[in-house]
Amino acid sequence: MLSVGTFVLISIIKIVIALIVLLTAVAYTVWLERKVVGHIQNRWGPTRVGPFGLLQPLADGVKFIFKEDLTSPHVYRPLYIAAPMISLIFALTSIAVIPVGNWVTVGGIHTPLQITDVNMGLLIVLGITSMGVYGVALAGWSSNSKYSLLGGLRASAQMVSYEVSLGLSLIGVLIMAGSFSLRDIVDAQGGAYWHVIPRWNIFQGQIFAFFIYLTAAFAETNRIPFDLPEAETELVAGYHTEYSAMKFAMFFMAEYANMITVACLASLLFLGGWHGPLFGPAWLQAILPLFWFALRIFGFLFVYIWVRGTLPRFRYDQLMAFGWKVLLPLAIANLMITGLIVALKS
Amino acid sequence: MQPVATTFFFYLLSGAAILGGVLVITRKNPVHSALALIMTLLAQAGLYLMLYAPFVAGVQIILYAGGIMVLFLFVIMLVNIEKVQKQEQFNKQWLVGIVAAAALGVLFVLVYMKGESLFPKHVVRLAEESNTQEIAVLLYGQYMFAFEIASLLLLVAIIGAVVMAKKRI
Repeated sequence: MLSVGTFVLISIIKIVIALIVLLTAVAYTVWLERKVVGHIQNRWGPTRVGPFGLLQPLADGVKFIFKEDLTSPHVYRPLYIAAPMISLIFALTSIAVIPVGNWVTVGGIHTPLQITDVNMGLLIVLGITSMGVYGVALAGWSSNSKYSLLGGLRASAQMVSYEVSLGLSLIGVLIMAGSFSLRDIVDAQGGAYWHVIPRWNIFQGQIFAFFIYLTAAFAETNRIPFDLPEAETELVAGYHTEYSAMKFAMFFMAEYANMITVACLASLLFLGGWHGPLFGPAWLQAILPLFWFALRIFGFLFVYIWVRGTLPRFRYDQLMAFGWKVLLPLAIANLMITGLIVALKS
Repeated sequence: MQPVATTFFFYLLSGAAILGGVLVITRKNPVHSALALIMTLLAQAGLYLMLYAPFVAGVQIILYAGGIMVLFLFVIMLVNIEKVQKQEQFNKQWLVGIVAAAALGVLFVLVYMKGESLFPKHVVRLAEESNTQEIAVLLYGQYMFAFEIASLLLLVAIIGAVVMAKKRI
């Protein structure tokens, strides 16, 4: 048992590390996106700042800070300023319950590689992501411009619709693990069948759930092909039309942080989290789980970018019809079949 | 770890909930009212957590704060705010208001006087891991009938909404 003081100190250290890693990952996801999309479109992407343009995120950050922060006179100021903060705060908060590895013992203190190990982990992530929509909706409303308002309306309708399928697709996994704790869900996926096929949920019959989750997650994070809230051709930039400089950057960071959260969840729930082959000396065995987990997240981010470089955007009625008439029935069917099989097995 | 500063958090969350509730009815701008209601709902979720009901707290945030209130806001955003702000906010039905307030006040006083026997002295602390399972067993076992009736009611509401919204089916 830890004393309150040590507990607070350890938590603060973990929060600082997690935030630094997350924000760096956000910055380099942007770089990766520009690079990969560039190559898909037969361009080079950023090359000028540093080797392979690796310092580009730094330059972008400096630019965002020194840009003129315009505030149009017709906006509703308190909410206009609060909206990007709401977006970013909720996007960064959900990392608090995401485990990145097993328990470690450092200097006599036994602690999980996770800011806080709660049993309601998955519910908390879902709750926080469902609150994130307020940033977008309020930005659209408080900007007092028709493009922003339409973007905000689209975003809220889209996120509420796809949240249903997203939640339902996860319940199959919950039934199989019998727990809301992300750590328990990962632990249940350890080992392999005949030493070859890992016991990840995706190989245990949750493959449909995985694709439903992935599709819904694209819609939740407003990414192409579901980026209707910011469709340039119709809405200028959607909900962040009236935003500039750091306020715009906050929306941008929130979007990429959400992508990373979604990638973390997908790896934890469907792809066995940090499980992977362990070999070599002790220090390597300690680091390898982190590496496997990061590799999965990288894979997901790459798929995100790949899809962005490949698919065109949906029409809005198609988006709604797809969400309610295809994705939701599939998710419910998956849930019922999973429940039936688990009930028959036990 | 033992819970720390529970009294502080209780008053903080209750205060936030009450403040939010008062703001909901006193703000003229409906968007502000909706935001105040979200604050109340979130504070309630915190109170559920303090009562060792993490599942209820999570569902409260996901459904009420993150789902239903988004739809409220969605509708409000389509309303012409300037027009709404010029409208009268309160009904002038003093008599009914006073009677209702008095009845509620009497109820509160009664609960305060006899509260000792009405409420359990200690919160039953379920193990955090099994909380959801306990709820599931109760919901699908003992309260199966009530649960099914509730779901039937919701189904009727959904069908009613579809029929009203769509002229030709």
